[in-house]
Amino acid sequence: MKKSAQTTAKLLPLLAVLFFILLWDAGVRYYNTPAWILPSPGQVIKSVFTIHELLLMHTATTLLEAGLGLLLAMLLAVLIAVLMDSIYWLKQALYPLVIISQTIPLIVLTVLFVIWFGFGMLPKILVVILVCFFPILISLINGLESVDDDQIQLFRSMGAGRLAITKMVKIPAALPSFFSGLRISATYSIMGAIIGEWMGAEKGLGYFMTLAQKGYQVDQVLAAVLVICLLSLLIVKIVDLMEYIFIPWNRWQMKG
Amino acid sequence: MKIEVNQISKSLGGMHTLDEVSLNLNQGEFVVLIGPSGCGKSTLFNIIAGLIEPDQGSISIDGQDWTGKTGRISYMQQKDLLLPSRNILDNVSIPLVLKGMSKKAAREQAVAFLKDFGLEGFGNYYPRQLSGGMRQRAALLRTYLQASDILLLDEPFAALDAISRRSMQIWLKELSARYTASVLFITHDIEESLLLADRIYLFTARPARVKMEIDLQNKDYDQMERLQLKEEILVILEEENRTQD
Ligand SMILES: Nc1ncnc2c1ncn2[C@@H]1O[C@H](COP(=O)(O)OP(=O)(O)O)[C@@H](O)[C@H]1O
Ligand SMILES: [Mg+2]
Repeated sequence: MKKSAQTTAKLLPLLAVLFFILLWDAGVRYYNTPAWILPSPGQVIKSVFTIHELLLMHTATTLLEAGLGLLLAMLLAVLIAVLMDSIYWLKQALYPLVIISQTIPLIVLTVLFVIWFGFGMLPKILVVILVCFFPILISLINGLESVDDDQIQLFRSMGAGRLAITKMVKIPAALPSFFSGLRISATYSIMGAIIGEWMGAEKGLGYFMTLAQKGYQVDQVLAAVLVICLLSLLIVKIVDLMEYIFIPWNRWQMKG
Repeated sequence: MKIEVNQISKSLGGMHTLDEVSLNLNQGEFVVLIGPSGCGKSTLFNIIAGLIEPDQGSISIDGQDWTGKTGRISYMQQKDLLLPSRNILDNVSIPLVLKGMSKKAAREQAVAFLKDFGLEGFGNYYPRQLSGGMRQRAALLRTYLQASDILLLDEPFAALDAISRRSMQIWLKELSARYTASVLFITHDIEESLLLADRIYLFTARPARVKMEIDLQNKDYDQMERLQLKEEILVILEEENRTQD
């Protein structure tokens, strides 16, 4: 009974996607839309296969930028969150800055990065860091703050210092919320790389899409979009797997 | 004398909470503190554990001054405060590790106690896999491994259902006799206090003062006298509750 409910829950989104694709296909057939405006799903799939070598090459670049950016954002966020959590005035000083940093339009920064750092990988990685840093930092800070005060008092009464409390109590307690932040950042990471590439690049899916778009090859644009969706899903799944590995204590339910 | 609380006064947030509280805990004794909720009992435990400094007075443990110093004893609360990220054995060995023991040695020392604390075979379960009663017993073992001679227990069974509470009380009574630990126990359950205590301190409403000291050890109360005593405590507590509101 419960099992079948779970399977249904997993099946429903697939059905929804299928329904949407069929609708799209029917629409394109009915209105006889030209392929340079909207190709049919079949044409998109077909072009994934015909240009797969090209796609693969550009994907490698984008994935590298996104992965590196996400990793660096994660390290930076962990470092700053731990510092902000342990030094009160630092948190007071930096928290507003972190919020303000999110109100700067990304597009403007992207253009500036290209002017400053050229068409290579660096500006893309910077965009990814900028996009991914914030969700991880905020969720990690919240996670570190969420620890029960009584828990900390108990450890103090047992003679634990700040370092021991951070290590034994705070960091493990913050892990679940760290991973929910990381999951959000993971979905943004590919998008960040694409935006960076869109503004000027020599390689990458974003660059490829600008080319295809200029040539009115909408099927190729959408083929790249499909790859981007799959990549984002892949990264999220990797984060899920990491969460499963690093938080073993949440795997089991209470008995009885 | 295991613990001597000397003339402790404390204000919290501008509110006079403890007013010259003095009490003592003798070797091997089970002493219960009972008083209206919010009167300052947990605050007193925080002071005994060294977590907060009293405004006045001192705490001595085994004849040594421990006022405002942590690490000698810790106390157990209504909440088990086990780390969800560690299994039961690693949770209870934390005080030993904090005292500088290696993880392995701490585990070896702790594992010997699992049986007596009703946790045999559950050492590598995570807290969320266990029942409330078992988690409280694990918290108690952690407290015991912090300081095996003195246990400070702050309403440890208040969150349990009536049946598990009853069996935990009986188990604790037996355990403390066998381990010859000295116990300071907070409750607002009169029944519980009469079942467990060698001696009872009755507290007034805030600011908490010792209102009455009842020695149960050297008298053999019969059923009737017990009921009378219970009634008497109840009346005092109700009266104190009224003055607090
Ligand atoms: N850190 C604090 N700051 C201000 N007031 C506090 C603090 N901790 C507890 N209090 C207050 O002190 C009183 C005594 O609290 P507590 O010792 O927890 O009472 P009890 O354990 O007897 O129920 C309560 O009124 C509570 O609201
Ligand atoms: Mg209390």
